[in-house]
Amino acid sequence: MSGEEFVPLSLTPLLIGTFAAIACALPGNFLVLRKQALIGDAISHVVLPGIVVAFLLTGVISTWPMMLGAAGAAVVAVVMIEAIRRLGQIEPGAAMGVVFTTMFAGGVLLLEQTDTSAVHLDVEHALYGNLESLIWLDATGWSSLLDWEALAGLPPELPRITLTLAGVILFTWLFWRPLKISTFDEGFARTIGIRTGALGMALVITAAIAAVAAFDAVGSIIVIAMFICPPAAARMMTNRLETQIIWSVVFAITSAVLGYVLAGYGPLWLGSGDAVSAAGMIATISGLILALAAVFGPCRTRAGAPSSA
Amino acid sequence: MLWDALTFQLGYNATLVAIGATLLGISAGVTGTFLFLRKRALVSDAISHATLPGVCLAFMALVALGGDGRNLIGLLAGSAVSAWIGLLCMNWLTRHTRLAEDAAIGAVLSVFFGLGIVLLTVIQTMGVGRQAGLEGFLLGSTAGMLWADALIIAIGGAATLMLVMIIRRPMMMVAFDPEFAAARGLPVHRIDLAMMGLVMAVTVVGLKIVGLILIVALLIIPPVTARFWSERSDRVVLLAGLAGGLAGYLGAAMSASAPNLPTGPIIVLVSFGFFALSLLLAPVRGVLAAILRHLRFQRRVHIRQGLLALAQGQKIYEPLTLRLLRRAGIVRADGVATEAGKARAAKALRDEKRWELVRSDQAHEATAALYDGLRDIETVLTRDQIAEIDRRIGGPQGVLT
Amino acid sequence: MLELAAVQGVSVEDQGIDNSPLAIRGLTVSYGQKPAVFSVDMTVHPGAMTAIIGPNGAGKSTLLKAALGIVPPLSGQVTVYGQPLGQQRAHIAYVPQRASVDWDFPTRVIDVVLMGLSRELGLLGRIRARHMARALDCLHRVGMRDFADRQIGQLSGGQQQRVFLARALAQGADLYLLDEPFAGVDAATEKAIIAVLKSLKEAGKTVVVVHHDLVTVTDYFDHVFLINTRKVAEGPVAEAFTAETLQAAYGGRLATAQIDQISRALG
Repeated sequence: MSGEEFVPLSLTPLLIGTFAAIACALPGNFLVLRKQALIGDAISHVVLPGIVVAFLLTGVISTWPMMLGAAGAAVVAVVMIEAIRRLGQIEPGAAMGVVFTTMFAGGVLLLEQTDTSAVHLDVEHALYGNLESLIWLDATGWSSLLDWEALAGLPPELPRITLTLAGVILFTWLFWRPLKISTFDEGFARTIGIRTGALGMALVITAAIAAVAAFDAVGSIIVIAMFICPPAAARMMTNRLETQIIWSVVFAITSAVLGYVLAGYGPLWLGSGDAVSAAGMIATISGLILALAAVFGPCRTRAGAPSSA
Repeated sequence: MLWDALTFQLGYNATLVAIGATLLGISAGVTGTFLFLRKRALVSDAISHATLPGVCLAFMALVALGGDGRNLIGLLAGSAVSAWIGLLCMNWLTRHTRLAEDAAIGAVLSVFFGLGIVLLTVIQTMGVGRQAGLEGFLLGSTAGMLWADALIIAIGGAATLMLVMIIRRPMMMVAFDPEFAAARGLPVHRIDLAMMGLVMAVTVVGLKIVGLILIVALLIIPPVTARFWSERSDRVVLLAGLAGGLAGYLGAAMSASAPNLPTGPIIVLVSFGFFALSLLLAPVRGVLAAILRHLRFQRRVHIRQGLLALAQGQKIYEPLTLRLLRRAGIVRADGVATEAGKARAAKALRDEKRWELVRSDQAHEATAALYDGLRDIETVLTRDQIAEIDRRIGGPQGVLT
Repeated sequence: MLELAAVQGVSVEDQGIDNSPLAIRGLTVSYGQKPAVFSVDMTVHPGAMTAIIGPNGAGKSTLLKAALGIVPPLSGQVTVYGQPLGQQRAHIAYVPQRASVDWDFPTRVIDVVLMGLSRELGLLGRIRARHMARALDCLHRVGMRDFADRQIGQLSGGQQQRVFLARALAQGADLYLLDEPFAGVDAATEKAIIAVLKSLKEAGKTVVVVHHDLVTVTDYFDHVFLINTRKVAEGPVAEAFTAETLQAAYGGRLATAQIDQISRALG
């Protein structure tokens, strides 16, 4: 395909999808290892009410209030889950189920109650995103990458997800050691002075920010696939955390690129005219990768350790 | 308006929805209880999201066969098949790979949902023109519900409820103690699958009213709510059914009484209302009761420790202990013990000695197990027994006041 | 008499606090409504090997965990070398009960030992050759040098326990706290662990071990701390580990025959 067609129509969605996938996969590794994979599920469901509340408070659809709203909703959700778990002595899964379904229901209700028809905010869009629409109309070809005027017309989602990805990478790099130690052995981490509670919360907030930034591109449900599938598949490939992270990034990129391409061109090859949902296809591909890793991965089974004394 | 809705006077459709939602709420609450007690509440999340590709494929198949794509029975059958496949995938991942159940749930949930979205966009491009109904399965849509639809929901809900009642005993045993159940020769794995099958049935039945994202709430919230009010599993099941049914009925009625109140979310929010009230106010497990209990307990610990420290002439470090002692009139403002305080301190120390004897004496083994540092010895031993112990301790008598 | 002591706040035990590696005062910990540890005082003797013993559910592990700030206490104070715990973390090394981590975690034996150096390395410090050499030396001391590249889940229970001891060694602490290190391990491991602990003691370090095997107490330890929710006895083995204190700690739960056997071992 020529640059004239590829750069305006496909380059930005591809980049956004890929960056979103990586930004989610990185914290996802730790969530999966901490058996908190479903925190990703909970976060992704409460992004919707967070954004709706932010919209109701500010009256505009703009990046930062929405990011703040969603991150705030994630924090509220996590605090509520913890509170219900501890105060009500309820197992974490059920506590999560209570909180995120309720907040999601609240979000849908608020959305129905307010007139958001003038702005681009509807439930379906929130659920499965619209990656294909994030095109770069000002571009005319590869040369546009050096053209300031054209660059100014980039979809705002691209700088946003780029910044988010940078933040996620910075967080992971900076807190690599405490994250690894506290995920492996929380009691030990506390004895050497790591504030495990604060670190756990920071991880959840990081995941929430990644989820919000990815939300535009792939919607709130498919973000869960980004959190879980690449790290889970990477888990089957290696017994070293460092290597696992690299695998998860590779899988995230593969899912995003392959998913986008198949969604856009797959139907054409099959003789049908219209593209299918890129976000859905990305999730499907990440699931296929997980399935392959689960069947063929070199480290797919549990280590043969005595499980207890 | 709300009253009209509650008394089924808002018209045919609203009445259908309310009856359907009530039945759905009851069967979801009852079924969800077993799942909750088995500590696998969120499995329902995977099951419900996994229905989407089935719905879409069933629609495509129905259209390809020249039928009406919106045939509810056909769509529900499709959703059941794909939910079942999702469930098997999840089970396989947890049993045969190193993934924990939470990761398996999340993977199945998101991938099946993603695939469903792909199929949904395929349907949109098929140009059938009648696909609008399918999006309704995401969040439920009760507008324009037909008598036949309501009948299916009612029959499905009642059938599920009956099945639950038939196999409730083995399910409860597996939920309570899977290892014991296995030792008794129960096929734990098959019972688990049956439990999941019932959850799937509820999910499928509820797709039309509350949608696949929120059906999870109906399966989880009522059981959690009911758990606050009873320690007996059979009562929890009943209460969960009651809470679920009531939420379904009230929610459907409220949503019918005003515009822009979607049924599914309202039912969920009503259900959460019951939950929040229970969390705060339930008599034993509720938060208020627990806080009061904890404060009382902390006070007892500190006073007891303070008394023992006074009696042994040790320094009291904790500011909270000193404050509580002062408030109880055991020490004066300057930290010096009052007369009453001295007597109580001596008594506490004496009790401690008595306990020491009780705990090292095999004859008192059952009593010794009750020791927690706080219990007054008079509550577990008779006066004669205490007198006997005092005789063995020796020393000054008469602090038994 | 009572007033005087309360005001001046002097008691015999207080004098040991300032130089004790680990001093606990009035510690109460409760899970729910039943205290697991009630108003316990403990003063660990510097340079000694102390066993914490008591029946199952007597609060041995809880005492250790609360002393380390892993579980929150209801009341009480903990000092480490006379200072609050927070400032003294570098002086303490802790070996948790074996079952408390995820053995399937993607990490190698050497990575686990390197975790012991994390305070020294800080957030971003690079692992250099000397760190690696020290970690390998710690593995060598527990006899696990050849297993450095294995995934931890592939080890036997005893081997896993030794790796955790190596991690504690890498911390270069002055006070070592071990929670049931001998539970469910093979004889070779028990021997290896006790040899390492004795070498620590010879190097002037203080060792505290939650221990469950009464028969080996006299062989392994020089101090004991008997607990059953409350402190029962504390001191050198010869004084505090007697038939009377055991009876007081274990009550009816320890068969008389066992006590006889142990008292015979005591001589």
